[in-house]
Amino acid sequence: MTKRVEVLVGTKKGAFILESDEARRDWRLRGPFCQSWPTHDFIRAADGTLYAGGGNNWYGPSVWRSSDNGESWTQSSAGLTYGDDEPKITTIWKLAASNGTLYAGVEPAGLFRSDDGGDTWSHVAGLREHPSRPDWQPGNGGLCLHSIVTHPTDADRLWVAASAVGTFETTDGGVTWETRNKGVRADFVPGPPPDFGQCVHKLRLHPDKPEWLYQQNHCGVYRSDDGGRQWTDLSPGLPSEFGFPMVIHPHDPKSIYVIPHSGPADGRQMIDGHAAVWRSNDRGDTWQRLHAGLPQDNAYVTVLREAMAIDSLDQPGVYFGTSTGQVFGSADEGENWTLLADYLPSIWSVEAAVVDA
Amino acid sequence: MATVHLPRSLVTLFTDPPPRHLQLPSTSLGALVNDLDSRWPGMRDRLVEPGPRLREHINVFVDGERERDLAVPLSDASVVHVIPAVAGG
Repeated sequence: MTKRVEVLVGTKKGAFILESDEARRDWRLRGPFCQSWPTHDFIRAADGTLYAGGGNNWYGPSVWRSSDNGESWTQSSAGLTYGDDEPKITTIWKLAASNGTLYAGVEPAGLFRSDDGGDTWSHVAGLREHPSRPDWQPGNGGLCLHSIVTHPTDADRLWVAASAVGTFETTDGGVTWETRNKGVRADFVPGPPPDFGQCVHKLRLHPDKPEWLYQQNHCGVYRSDDGGRQWTDLSPGLPSEFGFPMVIHPHDPKSIYVIPHSGPADGRQMIDGHAAVWRSNDRGDTWQRLHAGLPQDNAYVTVLREAMAIDSLDQPGVYFGTSTGQVFGSADEGENWTLLADYLPSIWSVEAAVVDA
Repeated sequence: MATVHLPRSLVTLFTDPPPRHLQLPSTSLGALVNDLDSRWPGMRDRLVEPGPRLREHINVFVDGERERDLAVPLSDASVVHVIPAVAGG
């Protein structure tokens, strides 16, 4: 059956859909959706439902849902609360659908789940009951739970990451959690790396290799061979250890993509104004700079943690969005790039979906 | 019956949206929020944050006076305006 490729874009002012056929040469933009609410993540679940999560300065956090391809939307935050004596939740940072459950990562950092398609939510309280919680500190982007990594076959097992708290794993459906930060530096605190407090920017897993985790961190790019128990720094060979997003090739768990940025005190932008994506085909042992078609002069743009994605076609397309409203895409695994959209609001998230046309 | 005026940005969040202007038998601001929520489920979450208290950037005026306390009483003659705070960006 013919496929349609979608790039789902969450922005400071609403959600948008870029769509194309499998050739991915010509793109059409739809939106804005969700009444232009600030949208931190925008996904299409396996059953075809669109979900967008964010938070509005007036009306608080909510998860939007469309079952008719964006024609109509509802929103709900029923149960998205820590209670009347606890801090208010300001926004949704991450959505993940897996095994019939929809997860939401929120700010201040915590995890919620919905088993009725986003109508109601329940707090996965075990994470905030972790003894480290009183010492959790926010990063520059806030105390946000931004990564939710589900296991492909074990519904009780998942990993989450928050800034600047680190990575946690549960193997009992969220009742108990353990830190998974060994080997990850935290150069912004003195002494040896702590048990928690690392500033993870994006955590990823490949479903074919569920013990292989990758992360782009404030202080390096890392991989783990054992579900996060030990991490190895992959930064040598990259022009900067700093960046926000990371994606994994859908058909090759050894192939990963990052977008190195100038350091945290140097603007957090494309290095020297030269836009580039970096790819490793050997799990981070060596890296290649991919830049054909990307602006190479005066491109002082930033790509935020959720704003890169890769589609699942045989030759995957790679996409990223900038905080200044451009979407770039490659239909050939990052070798050649084109500008797919410009003049959008500040882009906070990019997700890719392949659906029946 | 208190007279209530709601902002467009609020009513359009609901599939079967409430009218912008309506009358409710509520006897306090808190009761008004609950009455709205019972008719349009989810309305309370949009207006009230943990505490419970009115959301920081939701202004409510009762007979022209800005009120923040959900216990403020309402009468049949009360006129309530719900107005999002001025914000930019």
